[in-house]
Amino acid sequence: MDITKLSAQVNLEDFNPATDEEKEYMVQMRPSSTFFKDSVKRLLKNRVATVCFFIIILITLAAIFVPMFWPYSYDQMLGMTPGKPVDNTFNDLKPFEYGRSELRRMEAGESVIPHIFGTDSQGRDYFIRVVYGTRISLAVGFFASIIVLIIGMTIGSIAGYAGGKVDLIIMRIVDIIYSLPDMLMVILLSSVLKVVMEGALDGTVLAKIGSNIISLFIVFGVLYWVSMARLIRGQILSLREQEYVLASQAAGAKGKWIILKHLIPNCFSVIIISTALQIPSAIFTESYLSFLGLGVNAPMPSLGSLASDALNGISSYPYRLVIPALVISLIVLSLNLFGDGLRDAFDPKLDT
Amino acid sequence: MNTKTLMYIVKRIFLAIVTIWVVITVTFFVMHAVPGGPFTGEKAVTESVKAAMEAKYGLDKPLGIQYLTYLKDVVTKFEFGPSLKQRGRTVNDIIADGMKTSAKIGLIAAVIALVCGVVLGSIAALRRNKLIDRIIMIITTAFVSMPSFIMGSLFLILFAIKLGIFPANGAARNGLVLPVITLSLYPMAYITRLTRSSMLEVLGQDYIRTAKAKGVSGMKIIFGHALKNSLIPVITYFGPMLAGITTGSLVVEQIFAVPGIGRAFVNSITGRDYPLVMGTTIVLATLIVIMNLIGDILYKVVDPRITLE
Repeated sequence: MDITKLSAQVNLEDFNPATDEEKEYMVQMRPSSTFFKDSVKRLLKNRVATVCFFIIILITLAAIFVPMFWPYSYDQMLGMTPGKPVDNTFNDLKPFEYGRSELRRMEAGESVIPHIFGTDSQGRDYFIRVVYGTRISLAVGFFASIIVLIIGMTIGSIAGYAGGKVDLIIMRIVDIIYSLPDMLMVILLSSVLKVVMEGALDGTVLAKIGSNIISLFIVFGVLYWVSMARLIRGQILSLREQEYVLASQAAGAKGKWIILKHLIPNCFSVIIISTALQIPSAIFTESYLSFLGLGVNAPMPSLGSLASDALNGISSYPYRLVIPALVISLIVLSLNLFGDGLRDAFDPKLDT
Repeated sequence: MNTKTLMYIVKRIFLAIVTIWVVITVTFFVMHAVPGGPFTGEKAVTESVKAAMEAKYGLDKPLGIQYLTYLKDVVTKFEFGPSLKQRGRTVNDIIADGMKTSAKIGLIAAVIALVCGVVLGSIAALRRNKLIDRIIMIITTAFVSMPSFIMGSLFLILFAIKLGIFPANGAARNGLVLPVITLSLYPMAYITRLTRSSMLEVLGQDYIRTAKAKGVSGMKIIFGHALKNSLIPVITYFGPMLAGITTGSLVVEQIFAVPGIGRAFVNSITGRDYPLVMGTTIVLATLIVIMNLIGDILYKVVDPRITLE
């Protein structure tokens, strides 16, 4: 090639159209991946989050299924048999000890399921109470978060999409509720609602759940939707300006359609993350209230009320406090770590 | 301080006042929505006695008038009326009594949390990824995720019952040691993590490298440059920390039987002492709102780089 020439030295053959063979060679096919699949993949790579996820699943499955086949129930006082005097040997058993009638049955060759954690002062199997309490705590956490999600999402998306005066009024209300001292208000409202609800619930299906839990849900619905609403509003404010919303509006779509079909699906990651982090905080609040004696109705146990009851006999039976305490800590810690993992996986923009 | 910051502060103070008003209003109407008056739990009283009692406490007037009188008393005179269950004591007396103990343990806990948190956080940052850093981080993670009532109960078992070093009763001599430690653990762990991460950030800045290049000694870099700048997030956490300690004291005072305002609040709710419930709620809520307000203002004032909304 003559390098003294100033004109561009190009090989004209490079500009020939590619043959089909060459095209085939250049194409690299990879199965298309959705945002959700990508995120799950990222999540699975996070070992801490995966382990925590399995711990949560394990605890949840145990809480759901163990009470189904366990021979004792959470409110059954083992010393009480109809028509006989109360057998006190069943009260306050240490782990793996047995009541008198059980010992007799064992001598006769029958096998008796051991009381793994002993029994409480009223002769109820403590293991099943812990399992049942876990079930209640998990259920409260889950449903409270769903309530918060629904209310927060609705109000937040309306505020964000409508803008103007509606937004201003809603956000001022949010500001005020947000700066209320939440724990004080929760204690105050749930203690009062409990009394109000007791009369109103009689004879309805809800009476079975108990006035305390219902009032707890109401308090959550009233107080905790604000941070969710703020988050969703912020997301929608920026999403609202996107071209596809304009296109949809141009095509004649109404506000409700745009919110439900375009804006909310795009807030998906924010919604998942904050709901996941809401669950441990709800469980925490419930156990805190139960600990102060404002939680679930007796004889229903929750992890907080078990810990609170254990304080009475703490010098002789410290394990009765340690067991529910460990379960609460384990649940809250793994849910928190899992939520953090979710945040890292589902929010690629958040680069930390 | 520019006008924008000033505007923000004014707005924030206004919001705080509205919040306190909402607390007073909600508390008042919620407590009056409870079915059955405050005297239903008493021994059977005749109608005339009940009427006289209601007249004495002003309960015979319409709800609106009662509300306005209450609001006026609270705002102008800081007067919460008599307690229903503790005869002869006003709510103000009970709150003042409880406040003495609560403020003492709260402030000591705050100081311990601050000092230990900053020291531990700095050590962790300076020995990053070394064994001591790992240990500090693991312990603080555990403290941050464990609810205060569990921490308190475990301390009760360990130090008061098993080892017998400190009494389990908060009213006894040295009885406040365990509540103070329990209260200080969460903020201490939080401050440790805060200090560590901001110290790490500061240590990576150019001016630290410049100082090192100039030959400034390690101690001087840490105390003269790094520590001062990494304390900004810690200062702004001070308000929320005091608010958190106030909330935490509700349950900690219950566990250790500390005669403080948090215990008065919880007991007044279970004992249905309505004026006391209202009084303690309003005082505690006002405290928390003010602390959060101070925290928010400090946040803007200390670091002018933070953009105002």
